[in-house]
Amino acid sequence: MSGGIIKRDDVHFMIDGEEVTASPYETIWQVAKRIGKLIPHLCYRDAPGYRPDGNCRSCLVEIDGALEVSCRWKPQPGMQVLTDTPLARKTRASVMELLVTDQPPREQAHDPDSPFWYWAEKIGVTQSRYPRREMPVTDNSHLGIAVNLDACIHCQLCILGCSEVQGHDVIGMHGRGIRAKIGFDFDDPMGDSTCVSCGECVQACPTGALMPSTLLDEQQVLTKRPDKKIDSVCPYCGVGCQISYNVRDNEILYVDGQDGPANNNRLCVKARFGFDYVKHPHRLTRPLIRRDDAPAKTSELEIDPADPLTHFREASWEEALDAAAAGLKKVLDRDGSGVMAGFGSAKCSNEEAYLFQKLFRTAFGTNNVDHCTRLCHASSVAALLEGIGSGAVSAPFTAALDADVIIVIGANPVENHPVAATYFRNAADFGATLIVMDPRLNELSRHATHFLQFKPGSDVALLNAMLYTIIREELYDRHYIERYTEGFEALKVHIEDYAPEKMAPICGIDANTIRTVARKYATAHRSIIFWGMGISQSIHGTDNARCLIALAMATGQVGREGTGLHPLRGQNNVQGASDCGLIPFMFPDYQAVDNANARATFETFWNATLDPVRGLTVVEIMDAAHAGKIKAMYMMGENPAISDPDIQHVREALARMEFLVSQDIFLTETAAFADVVLPAAAWPEKDGTVTNTNRQVQMGRRALEAPGEAMPDWWIVQEIARRLGLDWNYSGPEDVFNEMRQCMPSIRNITWERLMKDNAVTYPCSGDDDPGQAIVFGDGFPMEEGRGVFVPAFITPDNEPPDSDYPMILSTARNLEHWHTGSMTRRSTVLDALEPEAVAMMCKADMLRLGLKPGDLARISTRRGAIDIRIRYDYRTPEGVINIPFGWSEAPANLLTNTNLDPFGKIPSAKYCAARVEKLLPEIRATADTSLEEFAE
Amino acid sequence: MSRQPQVPTVHVGDRLHPGAGRRKGRIKPRGRGVEQSVIDEIRTLIGEPPYERRRLIDYLHFIQDRYGCLSYPHMAALARLMQLSQAEVHQVASFYSQFVIVPDGKTAAPVILRVCDSLACALQDSDDLLKQCKEYFGEDIDVVRAPCMGRCDCAPAASANKRHIDHATVENIAQVIDAGDLEPVIPEYRNFNDYVAAGGYRLLQECLEGKHERQAIIDLLSDASLRGLGGAGYPTGRKWASVLKLPKPKIVAVNFDESEMGTFKDRFFIERDPHRLLEGTLIAAWTCETHQAYIYLRDEYHYVREILKTEIRKVENAGLTKHCRLFLSRGAGAYVCGERSAMLESIEGKRGYPRLKDPRTTVVGLFGIPTLINNAETLFWVRDIIEQGPDWFSKQGSNGRPGPRAFSVSGRVKEPGVKLVAAGIAMNELLYEHCGGMVDGHVFKGYCLGGSAGGILPASMADIPLDFDTLEEFGCSIGSAAITVFSDHDPIRDVVRNLMLFFEDESCGQCTPCRVGTEKAVKLIEQNNWDESLLNDLCDVMQHASICGLGQAAPAPIRTAMKYFRNELGLV
Repeated sequence: MSGGIIKRDDVHFMIDGEEVTASPYETIWQVAKRIGKLIPHLCYRDAPGYRPDGNCRSCLVEIDGALEVSCRWKPQPGMQVLTDTPLARKTRASVMELLVTDQPPREQAHDPDSPFWYWAEKIGVTQSRYPRREMPVTDNSHLGIAVNLDACIHCQLCILGCSEVQGHDVIGMHGRGIRAKIGFDFDDPMGDSTCVSCGECVQACPTGALMPSTLLDEQQVLTKRPDKKIDSVCPYCGVGCQISYNVRDNEILYVDGQDGPANNNRLCVKARFGFDYVKHPHRLTRPLIRRDDAPAKTSELEIDPADPLTHFREASWEEALDAAAAGLKKVLDRDGSGVMAGFGSAKCSNEEAYLFQKLFRTAFGTNNVDHCTRLCHASSVAALLEGIGSGAVSAPFTAALDADVIIVIGANPVENHPVAATYFRNAADFGATLIVMDPRLNELSRHATHFLQFKPGSDVALLNAMLYTIIREELYDRHYIERYTEGFEALKVHIEDYAPEKMAPICGIDANTIRTVARKYATAHRSIIFWGMGISQSIHGTDNARCLIALAMATGQVGREGTGLHPLRGQNNVQGASDCGLIPFMFPDYQAVDNANARATFETFWNATLDPVRGLTVVEIMDAAHAGKIKAMYMMGENPAISDPDIQHVREALARMEFLVSQDIFLTETAAFADVVLPAAAWPEKDGTVTNTNRQVQMGRRALEAPGEAMPDWWIVQEIARRLGLDWNYSGPEDVFNEMRQCMPSIRNITWERLMKDNAVTYPCSGDDDPGQAIVFGDGFPMEEGRGVFVPAFITPDNEPPDSDYPMILSTARNLEHWHTGSMTRRSTVLDALEPEAVAMMCKADMLRLGLKPGDLARISTRRGAIDIRIRYDYRTPEGVINIPFGWSEAPANLLTNTNLDPFGKIPSAKYCAARVEKLLPEIRATADTSLEEFAE
Repeated sequence: MSRQPQVPTVHVGDRLHPGAGRRKGRIKPRGRGVEQSVIDEIRTLIGEPPYERRRLIDYLHFIQDRYGCLSYPHMAALARLMQLSQAEVHQVASFYSQFVIVPDGKTAAPVILRVCDSLACALQDSDDLLKQCKEYFGEDIDVVRAPCMGRCDCAPAASANKRHIDHATVENIAQVIDAGDLEPVIPEYRNFNDYVAAGGYRLLQECLEGKHERQAIIDLLSDASLRGLGGAGYPTGRKWASVLKLPKPKIVAVNFDESEMGTFKDRFFIERDPHRLLEGTLIAAWTCETHQAYIYLRDEYHYVREILKTEIRKVENAGLTKHCRLFLSRGAGAYVCGERSAMLESIEGKRGYPRLKDPRTTVVGLFGIPTLINNAETLFWVRDIIEQGPDWFSKQGSNGRPGPRAFSVSGRVKEPGVKLVAAGIAMNELLYEHCGGMVDGHVFKGYCLGGSAGGILPASMADIPLDFDTLEEFGCSIGSAAITVFSDHDPIRDVVRNLMLFFEDESCGQCTPCRVGTEKAVKLIEQNNWDESLLNDLCDVMQHASICGLGQAAPAPIRTAMKYFRNELGLV
């Protein structure tokens, strides 16, 4: 809303003879609740995002002699509302009786604790005199969700949840009248439909018609109830949904969404169903030491995680920790700190990230400590630090709801930030202009006003053409530029070469469209940009991000509600890990290691001498290890044998390494190379804070006992530290957090107690009463004189363009159901069932050209290696490109990628390299249902 | 394989992982895909983008008209083009009974034969006809029951695709089908030129030239006591006045859904003289300052649609729609879409769910803007009332009631049809003076008022004036002024059951009391002994708690039967 807001008056009226005042937007039901009267309600879900539908008729109250639904009715001045007249009571009871008629009896209810039975009991009607209808049968086609429509009361909350809240629009009410039924797509079985298993419908259903199947027995009767409910945060992506673990007997029965600032009760399939990996038999439960008689390490090394004892022997914590510390110390003492390196985790807590980098800097005296952000948003952060002095987002993704124009470029939030994508869809439904730019089509296309499928690698051409339009047509914000930026004049000169007509053939988008979206972005009252790996994982990723920053600064679309720059952070704690200094160039809170003042501060604070030289980054470390220059490593919760580019090279490096300590929850492909393996506690088994993409620091809580002897990462790091001579005495994460606050201004004013109470606090935060600043840079940037810098971007030739030997472009991708290298999600029953197999995605034209049918096996080769993989037909992949989700160890896409780096961010180009696809010989082809007509999109 | 250098190769089955090789993954995107060729086919059919969301039902009709049914691939292609999900398209299509949805792997029959089973046709043994047709035509064509088609004076009624068949028998149906004669038969009607020659559109032109005052027009309608002739009876002048006061932009929505059982008067007038409706609409538009008018026509009136399409074009070409553009909005088979707010939902291309009436449809109406909603017949009379004066209209009443009323009479009468007589007439007079009395061999036993929704009265109560406000004290209402007369051949149980089955089928399903109530009502009245107290409870909750008039009025047949036919029902 811009301009003036129409102020409506509060409404004075009566409820049951009591005078009440309602705000102009409250319903009678809400006011009644406020004064302590809870009126029965079934189709109205009292939670964010759900509008009252008024169809169940159980909330009827008497107003001036007539019955109306209190969930919908807004009070008028002087209105007399009576909630408990004989007529109202009798009618509500009659409504309940009609609904109870067709339910399974309560003793066999799918959810006897549901709101339905709660209200039936409250109203006093749990039986019916009416004859029953024919009962629908169970639909168990979905592994995680049991559909029992015999309990459905047609309240349509599942439809509201699926359509209006999440935006998937999979559920509909099909047919009419009593024969109408909830159905998916064309009333197909749920398991066959486009359902993405977010479980919103399960959470919204008030009767148990939609339930987590883990709770029901064969007869669809509820058998398990939790005895504990622990609030925490999801361990997967950077959205940071707040969740609740429902636990019984040290096992998670199911997960609910909670009303966190980043999710408002929403979840995706991973949080909803991906919690049972913690109980997988492959969990590391005892420390392992490599056997002396284990075969020599080669790059082909593979160990069955079910049976590590082929290469390892179990050991006590004492022995293993001593061995780990001793091994590291031996190399350090012999060859100095330059040969030591560490990979910390973006999935562990802030406290653990902080301790890990502190260990390396103080015990090993090196800055060679990094984490997987290097592979992710390193270029975005480099551009942001350079341009506006801060790598963090300027606004949360929920700011999309306040925006008029939303650009989503080089990102697939539908699969990788699913709950964030729900807000983008909500915004589009409310009328915002959604402009999606991506070489690859994604499901936002249904809601997008514009979908620009530009040529892979041509981001700078497209974005500079937009800048050209804005500058030429004088759509820029003169005042903003004068006040808050510098370098605009140079940009103006630079941009003259980038007219849309000239850029159109390069980027594949016609000049008219380029101009249209540029104008819309620039002239809207509020515009916001979101981006992802498409922008960052490129050898010109920093340049790509520079263009986005230029767009925002030139038009003043930053620093206000509904505006800003938001690189969608991937991991649950990649923002936090970076904040805590798990980066080779920065101490905690982005204070440069080669800045004398910063270093002096930390030397005092940590009471140690610190390395003044910038350390090596992830890919550089692996290169150095390959060359024998890095000899010992300690890895916590990282799996570079799958996640890094050119994994053949990585595996050779790991095989060559003299000493490797690996700390993880499973014996990953990387841990197989370790000399000592330390079993860590999984996320639900420890306390700690994590920071999501919105700069919200949230509290993760322990809900389960760790299996066997697995211990939390912070404890293990401390034990190693002590054995390396550091005098650490943290009694728990709270101690660590309190120390962090002393050296990190960003969280200085946030206390552990507050996080325990509030679950989430945004930084920057000025104190206990401050919820935290969601929107930043409203008054300039943390740069000299508060001015952001325009850095012109040039078109760079791409990393390894296609040629006659390797004619296609390989671009890595992800799956909705899986996370990163799959170590957690592929061990989760439901997630594994939904996506069990590695696939590579191609479009019809390419498949026809290569003689491939959906389900065929093909060999994908690059100059680095070759993998055999099944081909999935996907119309979304553009012609000439093959998309491969990277997290499948039996067909690892990173065997194929190369290590050319962006010069500023040092990030490898996972999104672009040259590849060849060949059909595998018939004998090797596995059988699949391969009829050619199925090129349906 | 190739001439590449030695590179590490990972073969299928090489690497170990918990999930590897245990299960086959999907080989294409989730859910039902759609082929580009089908998308192109549908785009050629419905035209180039952009596709307005409100036209979903139109586009579904285009597809069905062309291919005879709605197949899954076509619906999926439409969803893709309109940027809707498959569920969004399917849930709209499956709401309406005129849409023939054909699932994967099935094909539609070339002909769909619908046999009406509503009361007037049931009284002519249409149930038997349906059985006979099913036997006779077998698997070659789809034979299904259908609700009232608005041809009750020619019962039993049937339709083969778009061709209606009056006084249907297996023989004359077979004749039509064998001849492939499945397009609507257009009757003679007064076309644009004839209408103009007889003085038509003069009044509209005077309005457009500013020769009339808006308030004066409204006053004339009020003085004539013109009330909503769809059945709600709301004073027309007052409604126009309230819309006139509201801010622009505004819309007129004409309710030509006419699906109330036994009602066929809108069709009767407009198929003969369509321009009186169009001129009435355009005058309403001028008076209330609306810029668009949507005429919502029930889909089963196929030939009326053709007439209106042709004649609207002529009105446009004559330059008479500059102040208000006319749209013809097709229904798709749902009685509930005669409810004014459900009609708006349907014009918007959605399931026909009535809206809660806060805010009122006048203020937040079609597409969220102020809307004037009038029944087609109401607008039909506007020109005459203004040209001939309110007295001409109001003095045509009797028994102290103003105005004429067009009664649609059907059932066991010698001369069924539309009877334009005085409002306030009693049933006896209507039956014996205007319908030729009962059919030979039948004794007058009772009559259903307002179609299915106005209650049932016995022959012993046939002297009550029939009009708005006169019947309420008896638990009845005039509604659309449809009357179906039944005789001593017709058990009251069967009559009530026929009506209650209609409600069960037509309930939109949105709210508990109606969706569940109509179904329970059928089950209860099918019992040998009616449980009066339980039925009363059921009638109470439906009446008090339903969202719309369908659920609120559905109890009427049961209540009135229990009140006036107690002996026959065995109630003490």
